[in-house]
Amino acid sequence: MIELKGLTKVFDTGKARLTAVDHVDLRVPAGEIFGIIGYSGAGKSTLIRLLNGLEKPSEGSVEINGQNITAISGPKLRKARQKVSMIFQHFNLLWSRTVRENIEFPLEIAGVGKEERRKRSAELIELVGLEGRETAYPAQLSGGQKQRVGIARALANDPEVLLCDEATSALDPQTTDAILDLLVDINKRLGLTIVLITHEMHVIRKICHRVAVMEGGRVVELGEVLHVFQHPKENITKRFVAQVTETEDSAETVRHLREQYPEGQLVKLIFVGDQAEQPILTQLIREYQVEVNIVHGNISHTQRGAYGTLILQLKGTADEIAKALAFLGAHDVQTEVMGNA
Amino acid sequence: MLETLFPNVDWPAMWEATLETIYMTAVSTLFTFIIGLVLGVVLFLTAPNQLWANKVVNWLSGAFVNIFRSIPFIILIILLIPFTKFLIGSIRGPNAALPALIIGAAPFYARMVLIALKEIDKGVIEAARSMGATTWTIIRKVLLPESKPALISGITVTAIALVGYTAMAGIIGAGGLGTLAFLDGFQRSREDVTLVSTILILVIVFAVQFVGDFLTSRSDKR
Repeated sequence: MIELKGLTKVFDTGKARLTAVDHVDLRVPAGEIFGIIGYSGAGKSTLIRLLNGLEKPSEGSVEINGQNITAISGPKLRKARQKVSMIFQHFNLLWSRTVRENIEFPLEIAGVGKEERRKRSAELIELVGLEGRETAYPAQLSGGQKQRVGIARALANDPEVLLCDEATSALDPQTTDAILDLLVDINKRLGLTIVLITHEMHVIRKICHRVAVMEGGRVVELGEVLHVFQHPKENITKRFVAQVTETEDSAETVRHLREQYPEGQLVKLIFVGDQAEQPILTQLIREYQVEVNIVHGNISHTQRGAYGTLILQLKGTADEIAKALAFLGAHDVQTEVMGNA
Repeated sequence: MLETLFPNVDWPAMWEATLETIYMTAVSTLFTFIIGLVLGVVLFLTAPNQLWANKVVNWLSGAFVNIFRSIPFIILIILLIPFTKFLIGSIRGPNAALPALIIGAAPFYARMVLIALKEIDKGVIEAARSMGATTWTIIRKVLLPESKPALISGITVTAIALVGYTAMAGIIGAGGLGTLAFLDGFQRSREDVTLVSTILILVIVFAVQFVGDFLTSRSDKR
């Protein structure tokens, strides 16, 4: 478990004082994939570097599995870092070493013998799917392959926590998804706690269990990913959520839809979790005298269930439509009438 | 045929002078490499925001490098006469040239080492720190291997400069091809001796450049 208490980092540049991280309190239970999202300058890079002692806090503490990272230094801190490893946006591989030698680097640091290193690196190469590329140099690899080496290297000393510093921000969408799948796989297989920082809501949606939204060094919103998607409170959170749901909410789109579907009533349904997988629409059509026309749909799968929106055009008598909406309400589907024709 | 083209050249003496030049260049390059590397690493690591950030050490090593890099070599040899006498016991012969050669070239190489180390991606050093590496491990396994091509090309340039320095040292009696070209060739107006000495110096320079280029490109995996 990771516990941050009143964590604060102030950079004193002589002329100005910059509070990069401002009294952050967080608890991340073991085995969770925890995401921190924010724009650049929000303090998330500094925050993640406080977790493995690359930065020293001005105030507050970081505790990882009972060990206070902020209170230790020297050999003790270096030992602790072997259990809290990190992957990076730009991979940070040693270009002078082959794939295998890069993966063995943290093992050399930990003082593991040559034979044991070779065995361990072979396992890791298989785990991240880089068989056959052992003797390639980083310059010969694609971005996705480089990040796989980064991940294998980070896992070499059996860490308890993996910190991901914008690990997919330099990759194209397909490669991003493949790397994210690998992270989920590792999380499940090894029970590793993952803390990641990103500015892409897609990453949060796809793999995180919980999310913290950072702005100006503070955590302004925190919760289950599904819940935050459904009920974003802060404006900044709403903007991030819009990155992945988009389109149907803008006034422009609503007006456009009304023009396109002038008859009946436009209704937006919001499905969360299990409901997204139930045949609610089938029941609706069978039991009520309404005509249903699907106008727009969108479903996002998160680690803790699906989240979707559906815009329907309902045609029928006002009475039947009211009954249909009541039926949906009874099944915990949020409905929102978008206006009559 | 060689006798008619170069009537004044004493070939055994010319061969001995060549070996002396190679000896002076090789030994001074070796020590320049070691001292320059240490100085360069110290300059790099004691700079602000680096692992050993230390204003005093950084200023002192920087001042040392700048002063000795700025003194013209021919003056440096004269200034170092008492030091050389104390260290070697004589101010003549190839060994007597070594202190001045090394002290003249090491700061020059230290600058090149510093430039090479600054080229290393900071993220790689951060990655090594995040794995729990000690500073010593970072020097041995990150800084030096990652800057290897630049370190080799730098010592190549330095070694070539050292060939030139040995010739200059030759004028004040260090031996080698410089002495031969100046005392035997120039002062006694035997142009053929000067010419042959020059050709041999060029051969040494080209050989150093060739080997240096080969090692540089072989070590570069980028």
